[in-house]
Amino acid sequence: MANKKVIVTGGNRGIGKGIVLSLLECGYEVLATCRDASNFDFSHENLSVANLDISDDASVEAFRISVEEFEPNILINNAGITKDNLFLRMSEDDWNEVINTNLNGVFKITKLVVKGMLKRRWGRIINISSISGSMGNPGQTNYSASKAGVDAFTRSLAKELGSRNITVNSIAPGFIETDMTEGVLDQEIIDKIPLKRAGKVEDVASLVNFLSSEESNYITGQTLVVDGGLFMK
Amino acid sequence: MSEVLDKVVEIVCNQLTVNKDDVTPDSSFVEDLGADSLDTVELVMAFEEEFGLEIPDDEAENITTIKSAVDWIQNNS
Ligand SMILES: NC(=O)c1ccc[n+]([C@@H]2O[C@H](COP(=O)([O-])OP(=O)(O)OC[C@H]3O[C@@H](n4cnc5c(N)ncnc54)[C@H](OP(=O)(O)O)[C@@H]3O)[C@@H](O)[C@H]2O)c1
Repeated sequence: MANKKVIVTGGNRGIGKGIVLSLLECGYEVLATCRDASNFDFSHENLSVANLDISDDASVEAFRISVEEFEPNILINNAGITKDNLFLRMSEDDWNEVINTNLNGVFKITKLVVKGMLKRRWGRIINISSISGSMGNPGQTNYSASKAGVDAFTRSLAKELGSRNITVNSIAPGFIETDMTEGVLDQEIIDKIPLKRAGKVEDVASLVNFLSSEESNYITGQTLVVDGGLFMK
Repeated sequence: MSEVLDKVVEIVCNQLTVNKDDVTPDSSFVEDLGADSLDTVELVMAFEEEFGLEIPDDEAENITTIKSAVDWIQNNS
């Protein structure tokens, strides 16, 4: 199948797992990663898994070979972390760890795939950012800075690669039910969401499917929001 | 000499969809052959692949003409 090889970082749980399962269902061949690939609790004939810590240079370098063999047409930069704290209490380590994972990690993994996409004159890069990057969120100065960085990276890269038929977009979810939001989601937040519920991983995965397909050919450099209407510009 | 030159010309013609007859050793990729900045990066990638070399970024910047490409490749292989 043409243009159907996808890498998904952080594919073992949460939003990443939702993305992997729905791509597999649509007939894509998927290479999914997380820090310890033995943590994948599902399998599929079109799924391969690899160890990758996007915040660790040696691990990224080791992953290069898997990328070269796999020849992906599509990259989903999904892996990400939070280290929330009020700014006054936020340590430099917590700042650096989040920037290094969420922003620098996207830079490094994208570097691994772009050459191949250039040669093949087709590509899709989809970055999972967050509405926190555009609306701000107390306790998340590090996280929102990293995600705003991802959105800005998306726009500049889209301009660089557009002439080669490579599109670059980001998806900014609101509150989605995963490990990341466990204990954070309460009624007060739900009340503020026009659709009156938290999002499911499938709500994000369906947009990833669309952006991965030929149907989205003319969309690039955008940040698409999936948040039940929580953040409206 | 001419073998490297022929290969370089062929790669450049392919990448930039220009005619062999329009290319001279002094042709500049950007000024004479209509390359954009991404083309110049892709050209270097294609040279690296064809000749099995790795061209460091700071030296790649100086490879702007057919002749400079041929010279670099000959001096480094
Ligand atoms: N949930 C939400 O409400 C929400 C909202 C907006 C944006 N997002 C974004 O959506 C993405 C996925 O979030 P989620 O809610 O699914 O989070 P999650 O359930 O906590 O899962 C995070 C995933 O990222 C991987 N990961 C974390 N650090 C990594 C590293 N250094 N190297 C490689 N993989 C790493 C994890 O792998 P391990 O198993 O190895 O830890 C895991 O697969 C993140 O970028 C997040 O910022 C989430």
